[in-house]
Amino acid sequence: MTLLRAIGMMLLLTMASLLPSKAAEADLRATIAKFAAATNFSGTEAVARELAASGDPAVERPLSALAEGNLYIRKADSQVFVGNDAGDGIELLDPLSGEKAADAAKADLTKIKVNNSLRRTIRDALGTLTLRAKDASVRLAAAATMFKTPDAANIEPLDAAIAAETEPAVKALFEQARAASVLVSDKPEADKLAAISVIAARGDRDALSLLTSVEANAQGAAKDAATAAIGHINSTLALWDAGQNIWYGISLGSVLLLAAIGLAITFGVMGVINMAHGEMVMLGAYTTFVVQQVIRTSFPGLFDWSLVIALPLAFLVSALVGLAIERGIIRFLYGRPLETLLATWGVSLILQQAVRTIFGPTNQEVGNPTWMSGSFDVGQLAITWNRLWILVFALMVFAVLLYVMKRTPWGLQMRAVTANRRMAASMGIRTPWVDALTFALGSGIAGIAGVALSQIDNVSPNLGRGYIIDSFMVVVFGGVGNLWGTLVGAFSLGIVNKFLEPYAGAVLGKIVVLVLIILFIQKRPRGLFALKGRAVEA
Amino acid sequence: MRGNFSTITKMFSAGVIAAGLSMSAPARAADDTIKVGILHSLSGTMAISETTLKDVMLMLIEEQNAKGGLLGKKLEAVVVDPASNWPLFAEKARELISKDKVAAVFGCWTSVSRKSVLPVFSELDNILFYPVQYEGEESERNVFYTGAAPNQQAIPAVDYLMSADGGSVKRWVLEGTDYVYPRTTNKILEAYLKSKGVPAEDIMVNYTPFGFSDWQTEVSAIKKFGSAGKKTAVVSTVNGDANVPFYKELGNQGIKAEDIPVMAFSVGEEELAGLDTGPLVGHLAAWNYFESVDTPENKKFIDDWHKFIKNDKRTTNDPMEAHYIGFNMWVKAVEKAGTTDPDKVIDAMVGVSVPNLTGGYSTMMPNHHITKPVLIGEIQADGQFETVSQTPGLVMGDEWSDYLPDSKNLISDWRAPLSCGNFNVATGKCGGKGTN
Repeated sequence: MTLLRAIGMMLLLTMASLLPSKAAEADLRATIAKFAAATNFSGTEAVARELAASGDPAVERPLSALAEGNLYIRKADSQVFVGNDAGDGIELLDPLSGEKAADAAKADLTKIKVNNSLRRTIRDALGTLTLRAKDASVRLAAAATMFKTPDAANIEPLDAAIAAETEPAVKALFEQARAASVLVSDKPEADKLAAISVIAARGDRDALSLLTSVEANAQGAAKDAATAAIGHINSTLALWDAGQNIWYGISLGSVLLLAAIGLAITFGVMGVINMAHGEMVMLGAYTTFVVQQVIRTSFPGLFDWSLVIALPLAFLVSALVGLAIERGIIRFLYGRPLETLLATWGVSLILQQAVRTIFGPTNQEVGNPTWMSGSFDVGQLAITWNRLWILVFALMVFAVLLYVMKRTPWGLQMRAVTANRRMAASMGIRTPWVDALTFALGSGIAGIAGVALSQIDNVSPNLGRGYIIDSFMVVVFGGVGNLWGTLVGAFSLGIVNKFLEPYAGAVLGKIVVLVLIILFIQKRPRGLFALKGRAVEA
Repeated sequence: MRGNFSTITKMFSAGVIAAGLSMSAPARAADDTIKVGILHSLSGTMAISETTLKDVMLMLIEEQNAKGGLLGKKLEAVVVDPASNWPLFAEKARELISKDKVAAVFGCWTSVSRKSVLPVFSELDNILFYPVQYEGEESERNVFYTGAAPNQQAIPAVDYLMSADGGSVKRWVLEGTDYVYPRTTNKILEAYLKSKGVPAEDIMVNYTPFGFSDWQTEVSAIKKFGSAGKKTAVVSTVNGDANVPFYKELGNQGIKAEDIPVMAFSVGEEELAGLDTGPLVGHLAAWNYFESVDTPENKKFIDDWHKFIKNDKRTTNDPMEAHYIGFNMWVKAVEKAGTTDPDKVIDAMVGVSVPNLTGGYSTMMPNHHITKPVLIGEIQADGQFETVSQTPGLVMGDEWSDYLPDSKNLISDWRAPLSCGNFNVATGKCGGKGTN
């Protein structure tokens, strides 16, 4: 009997706990239905705010769908759905439960439009709603949002979230967000001073921006504390700025190195002024594009590997074209630099126009694999993954090339031919073949440079144009015929350029670098590392 | 990937046949065809943008011929390639007018190419239709400007950013490529912002060279400028090729449109085609036309374009619409004048009104600029723009900016009796000079 009663009680309790949520769900549905009546952005925004104000975690689904532009109104009955792109039509999901409701054609639906301010409103609203999310990265994002939009009303939920938080990184960010909110509230001064010290410890630009507005509005001790904190942050940031310039310089240097290293072989070692060098880089970039195109249509799972697959192919394509150019044109012109210059210039125009005819004049899309997208922070320094990988890649290419030149029989023959062609020929080295293969090697290296450059630049027929002058500058500055010179030349030019840029601007910075190089060449015509010995006289 | 060996051979043989035909053509052409010159670069740096405009002109001419031609004659396109070489533009324009005897020329993209052909057109008295948004401060009798003047693009864009919808921006970065269009536009914008009470320390102006590809320093400077506690936006007049690395760097350094939106004046559907727009959703562009505009005229135009170019992935853009409007205006003016004689057509052009692709009518004004709506669009993940704001009515192109001290007293009216492109209302004399 008691057992029965207990069961009955439990049933009643469950019913009771279910009922209010049913009512709440009906309310939410009624609010969501209002989207259909909103005619402009402010109307939509009002509905979104109302949804967020309910505080129910279930509204996250429709709100994030709205922010991503995936919330639709069915024209026939003005019902609101979350839409999922499914090939030719759109799959409609229930906005609250996320269960599949129906399929529809695009023409039968109206997309609810969003703009930046609406997206911002939703992001801020979701911040409060997702403080207790299971995923730590979502909580982190929520805390970051709340830090940027401080509001006195945030303190209470943040206090609760801090108490429940176990992850130290998230907890720290929660505390900073709370401090930011305290600063805009009417809490006593002691609290505000504590908040200022929490934010000052953060020490980045966001903290600076927040403290600047505190300094402008506060009085007394809080104002002084903010001023002191701003001074402190500014002096640390100045140091980080210098570090940032060096990193940017190294990164630009790695791009210059990649572009120039092939030229260091064809021009530096062989002495051929190859104006079509930039086009070899372009061919490498287009090879990447073709590889990605094939992967997109046939093997979408391999996309993250596309660059690795493109590397050998790009090397091959550019090397073969280089071989053809050497065998077809350049070998008749050895010892006549002016004619070589003009002929290769002509070749570069032909290659450009050929690519334009085959692929069209517009830019081609080369995607970034996931491991090359985004950035990470080292202190106050944001390092982007693609730049970091390009630096690593450039150094790897350099090391491999150095090994080939110094440690393999082929490298030995190459150097022998460069040092004394006739002597090498009498020793039984087939100099024409060494010439051809060396030129192919230089071109192939330019091709793999193109794979890397396709990640940061336009893939268009003009890609090579932008790099040819810089490449020659690096090789001449570093010292013709010396790979180490190219390395040092590339990095020093990159760093000098990036240190000048913030003060002189990009345009003037480039001019100053050019003038410096001209003056340097006047003083040391053979560049940084001049080659000694017979090759110089030859 | 388009094209393979067999299509290349086909194209080559078609070229040979065409060359053979054109040799026998002139004798006949003088009588029963009207020639239209197309002066767009098909090689060199500008080919990326201008080749499309050549194709759209060929399409428009083909359509007009299918409708029965003009004044009972067929139209014949004469295509030349000025190869992105500014002096060559003048040479090719002279060739089109004196040798080929074209009735009108549609062409040019960069301001410097337009400036280079101006003397040729006034000397030989022919007509140029210029389809690209430009810096203004010019009004020539022989040129019809179908692209936007600064007040049809830059000023409404800044107004939008200042409004509550656009985020009530208080701090401005004016980022541009170092040449005449960005410099003049930024001069106008600076004067305009100051007239709206923006203090000088809240405006940062920066220029980069053509084809600039290493944006790390610039993007981090923008980030730094944007962390002063005031809402910041970037107004970008960065040109063509430099845009892709610029946007890639913005995406990688995590600058989101909700925090620091970038409003671009030279980025259209065509430029976005080479980009993954996922990280760029919400960044803005101001134009007078977007491919996504939902009107029957636009739908037909896009369908025709896809059929003509035989590729349904090719996008349409604002300068293409400008050529569409300009060509239809010219056809109407020739019909009105009953002749292709440039003098009579120039007089007949003013007041001609034709439908544009955004659902209204564009009219040629006496200053040789046209009326257009101004649209502000946000970049979407599929590489298209979604219109988030549109001017309530049409905006009339203002050639001499009211915000520059040199040009604020100048007006242009090519109708008789004034017939002057730079009339100074303060001194009552024709022959004022603007900025640039």
